[in-house]
Amino acid sequence: MPLTFYKKPALVVYVTCGDPNLATTREIVLAAIAAGADVIELGVPFSDPVADGPVIQRASERALKHSTSLGQVLTLAAEIRQHAQSTGLIVFSYLNPVLRMGMDRFCKVARAAGVDGALITDLPVEEAAEYLRVMRAYDLSPIFLAAPTSPDDRLQRIADASRGFIYAISRTGVTGQRQQLAGDARKLVRRLRRFTKLPIALGFGISTAEQFTEMGAFADAVVVGSAIVETVERNSGREAIAVREFVEELLAVTPQLAATSN
Amino acid sequence: MATSPRTTKFKLPTLAAKSAARMGHPHASSSRVSAPVTEPGRFGVYGGRYVPETLMAALEELEREYNKAKLDRKFQARLEELLRTYAGRPTPLFFARRLTQKLGGAKIYLKREDLLHTGAHKINNCLGQGLLVERMGKHRVIAETGAGQHGVATATVCALLGFECVVYMGTEDMRRQELNVFRMRLLGADVRGVDSGSRTLKDAINEAMRDWVTNVRATHYLLGSVLGAHPYPTMVRDFHRVIGREARAQILKAEGKLPAAIIACVGGGSNAIGIFYDFLNDKKVRLIGVEAGGRGDALGDHAARFRGGSPGVLQGTYSYVLQDSGGQIALTHSVSAGLDYPSIGPEHAALRDSGRAEYVPASDAEALEATTLLARTEGIIPALESAHAVAEVLKRAPKMKKSEIVIVNISGRGDKDIGIMRENLKIDR
Repeated sequence: MPLTFYKKPALVVYVTCGDPNLATTREIVLAAIAAGADVIELGVPFSDPVADGPVIQRASERALKHSTSLGQVLTLAAEIRQHAQSTGLIVFSYLNPVLRMGMDRFCKVARAAGVDGALITDLPVEEAAEYLRVMRAYDLSPIFLAAPTSPDDRLQRIADASRGFIYAISRTGVTGQRQQLAGDARKLVRRLRRFTKLPIALGFGISTAEQFTEMGAFADAVVVGSAIVETVERNSGREAIAVREFVEELLAVTPQLAATSN
Repeated sequence: MATSPRTTKFKLPTLAAKSAARMGHPHASSSRVSAPVTEPGRFGVYGGRYVPETLMAALEELEREYNKAKLDRKFQARLEELLRTYAGRPTPLFFARRLTQKLGGAKIYLKREDLLHTGAHKINNCLGQGLLVERMGKHRVIAETGAGQHGVATATVCALLGFECVVYMGTEDMRRQELNVFRMRLLGADVRGVDSGSRTLKDAINEAMRDWVTNVRATHYLLGSVLGAHPYPTMVRDFHRVIGREARAQILKAEGKLPAAIIACVGGGSNAIGIFYDFLNDKKVRLIGVEAGGRGDALGDHAARFRGGSPGVLQGTYSYVLQDSGGQIALTHSVSAGLDYPSIGPEHAALRDSGRAEYVPASDAEALEATTLLARTEGIIPALESAHAVAEVLKRAPKMKKSEIVIVNISGRGDKDIGIMRENLKIDR
């Protein structure tokens, strides 16, 4: 199914699957959807998350303590899909677990689970030929990162390879919250626009309703990750309720309009 | 619903190649030993550039600058001069007479990288990359370190060239190598402990990569082995080729013939590839890499990637990796911090698959025993990393003919390991 943003700015919510356990992740995701999340990124925990800051590192460690696997994340995706037909579901993973499962099997199982696309953090477009071929064969959207450091020729290649949306990184650095988001973000979205008509989602460091408003003014969607994961961490025993409240709070200030062009 | 895709030409390694590799079958894609690079950054199916997008531009810039520097006579002359007048090259090739007699087989020569400034081969690469940092106009250098040798060499070069220096080191390694921690701090480096995962080399690399992702515009990541994303495995190898180039000329001068075998320890594999490389076309010279066999064969008890590992991607490169069935990276163990790493340089993976080089493990106990033996027969205390190579020569030399020659790369000296040796050898009271 096509990945669609029905609202603008749309909200993309990232969760680390298996933190604190898969049953709770399911509740968290359904709560986020009920509160207004448009797309869910199902984070696959990895032992060596080089692109992630301390919050997601800790969550990954907790999830791996009980051996949360890519296979289990895909099973979880299928369960969520049964309850949420129109929400976008993205698998967010490092490459090695996907390689280990096998590219073809990954795509086949993801497709059957009702997943819409995938983002592989450490797979740049140059190395993605085979991945792209298999993803497209299964009608899955490959989503790539675009960074403030990516020169125009790279943005072009990223735009050409992406389907669904493009994930623009608001600033250099790992995932995690920041007080101030540099002018990097606005500049990147403007540059990226020249190469694509796909929706652009801005992520990394966005944790407050004010930042959601600020970023949502020039991006099609905003990704909130570490702040969600930290909410889960801080609210042991009432994770889903806390995430629901947090998402409602994020969306309270900004009017979301119907998305016009996708 | 989608149709099942056909299997065509793979950019990522195929399942067939992966299972062939796992079963130890040499596969077709890396048959030309003398030129194992199939495209820039690829060694057979191994290598590549698997990093977050934020780092791609920096890697491209580094590759461009390195390619220019390679052809720049002034750069090469300056590096050559620093290697000679500062690091202490060429290092001697020493005939180990008493060890040879004791083992009763092949003639054993030791390539004395341990005599270099800072105590290990690591300085070769640090000087090379340091001069590149100057060319790129960056002023901040970050590095990871396991045993501390690369950290010390990096701190040294940063002091020499006037760069700000941050070294990431696992807290377990900081405990094991506290002398090197102090040494780095004395040299002006900011040593930052890494308390995640196994608190060793792998985790230090993760943290260095996070720093680099954050500060990429003004910072150079001075990676210390033939690991990571392209161009590191190629560039670091080139900076260490001098080891093999010298050894080849030295042995021809001393003996008038090539050795039957060359033995080197392999963590990431920089000293090994450095001494192997100029012998790759000498097909009769056996190239033997020694991995850390640790304390046993179970996953988590060793760092022998070719024993228990399978192809995968870790920290930017596709190579053999110790991992579980879900693709999570395994913990490792070795008495030697410098070998305690779950992956191996991608060029070694290609050399192994093609059969040009062979790789064997040596256990903690064997390495410690070899340390004592070399100390007492030749008066040389090797680093625990290098002691793994010595352990292999103890097994192999007695079975070789007296007319044959074997060169062992003594990649570093044992000063940094005195505490661990003392703890384990129990010879003082």
